[in-house]
Amino acid sequence: MPPDVSISPSELARRIRKHSVLMTSQANAPHIASSLSVADILAVLYGRILHYDAERPDWPGRDRFILSKGHGCAALYAVLAECRFFPMDWLRTYSQDGGHLAGHATHKCAPGIEVSTGSLGHGLPIGIGMALAAKRDGKSHKVFVVLSDGECDEGSNWEGALFAPHHKLDNLVVVVDYNKIQSLGHVKDVLDLHPFAEKWRAFGWSTRELDGHDLVALEDALSGTPFEQNRPSCIIAHTIKGKGVSFMENNLQYHYTPARGDELSRALAELEAQ
Amino acid sequence: MRNAFLDTLFELALHDERIVFITGDLGYRVVEKFMEQRPQQFLNVGVAEANMTGLAAGMSREGKIVFTYSIANFPTLRCLEQIRNDICYHDANVKIVSVGGGFAYGSLGVTHHATEDLSVMRTMPNLTVVAPGDPVETRAATRAIVLHQGPCYLRLGKAGEPTVHTGPIDYRLGRAIRVRNGNDLTLISTGGMLQTAVKAADRLSAAQLHARVVSMHTLKPLDVNEVLAAMTDTQAIFTLEEHSIVGGLGSAVAEVLAEANGPRLPFKRLGIPSIFSPHIGKQEYLLAQHGLNDEGVTRTILATLKPSSSRQNT
Repeated sequence: MPPDVSISPSELARRIRKHSVLMTSQANAPHIASSLSVADILAVLYGRILHYDAERPDWPGRDRFILSKGHGCAALYAVLAECRFFPMDWLRTYSQDGGHLAGHATHKCAPGIEVSTGSLGHGLPIGIGMALAAKRDGKSHKVFVVLSDGECDEGSNWEGALFAPHHKLDNLVVVVDYNKIQSLGHVKDVLDLHPFAEKWRAFGWSTRELDGHDLVALEDALSGTPFEQNRPSCIIAHTIKGKGVSFMENNLQYHYTPARGDELSRALAELEAQ
Repeated sequence: MRNAFLDTLFELALHDERIVFITGDLGYRVVEKFMEQRPQQFLNVGVAEANMTGLAAGMSREGKIVFTYSIANFPTLRCLEQIRNDICYHDANVKIVSVGGGFAYGSLGVTHHATEDLSVMRTMPNLTVVAPGDPVETRAATRAIVLHQGPCYLRLGKAGEPTVHTGPIDYRLGRAIRVRNGNDLTLISTGGMLQTAVKAADRLSAAQLHARVVSMHTLKPLDVNEVLAAMTDTQAIFTLEEHSIVGGLGSAVAEVLAEANGPRLPFKRLGIPSIFSPHIGKQEYLLAQHGLNDEGVTRTILATLKPSSSRQNT
């Protein structure tokens, strides 16, 4: 179980957001809004759901977690540091020359990163392989994969989506961070996913929709997997891109630009007040 | 080669439960034994190579020795980024197997010609690239890549390739096999062109040219010492591959020769030009059209060595 349950998911989420805003700002790095939208999902996963041992990141009994939307990695690094997988001061080196932490989730750079992601559409098939191996070996751990909505344009995800129910991988949980904005605009304008949950259901996934910023709803759903025996679980988490920093919310610009100038103090002040 | 591979892998799998064989829905009448007798070590993912390759990386992370299997370019180019990121970057213990290297599926058309795979796969960090020359080498290569910890690409022909090695071989990844001795020129082949190299050497001996024949069954890591020995010991070097002359064996050997401090020898890459073959026909026909049968190879070698077959110092 998580080593420090004294931090509430809400406090963990707030810290993830603060770290992410600072890290991306200091590095002048993109994708802050993607980290903010997934922060609550990560806070509940690492604070309440995942079985892990930060001192033994490769403990065989751990649950496997893959952030397939590797561009939201500032949030992942932040939660890993908060959960003591590596020293907190590594966060300052994010995306910096000679630093510890690369600009997409990278397994080589820090303990706790299960696999490297960044090119979209890779995480789900890898997670499926892990889940299938666990099934065949009679292991009881689970595999959690967080996808972005934009990456659901990738065909590889739908190859995997077809495979997992056929093979009854009920130890596999997908969470889609459905923040409705992708690289060049709104999802509904670029390549509409609607009806999104119905697509997953039609592929055979036991699917629920919820507010991806409702920590109680997230914990309820994630702790209740598998939703059905012999079926993989899918959670469509409706989120807000840039959640938690008012001027970043639903603003495509913050897929690219970090908090600059006085934006940084404004963003941190907002998060401090939450 | 296909059957030599599958039979060997099946035997190994009987004694090693870590071995998992994954097919992209291909292998009619050759994979059924595996499927029926070792269902826990078998998987048909359907026609979905990206998922197959990522999934294989995931299984390997859990301690499996995973083989992905399909034909032509499907297990390689179709899912190249999964190979790069998921397998190679993670140094995953996955063995990618393609049946139908070169023109083996010739009559099925250009979509089924695997003529750039070696070049592309050779550029992948961490990946060992293997193209055995006959069924004997295929059996040995299959055993070797199971023992090798890390990603491998095994490029096979199809079926019916003749056995070139009549005796036991000392097969080691990254170590070429000298099939025939000779000091006039060296013919380095990879994959199923080995039989052609040997036949061409026979023809050349009739012209009093004694060719050394080398099976470069491992393209990466290349046996640099064997290339340098050919440069030192013989007076011309030819590479022979059922593959584009861009980026494959010929290029790999050329890179070694270009950087070596040695005599500049006549050198030529025999292979397929960087085109989509305009011809329609079976493997043997296509190879002949591209001058890659033993007669064509012999002709090219003689033309290259003419007017002088002696060492040229520049």
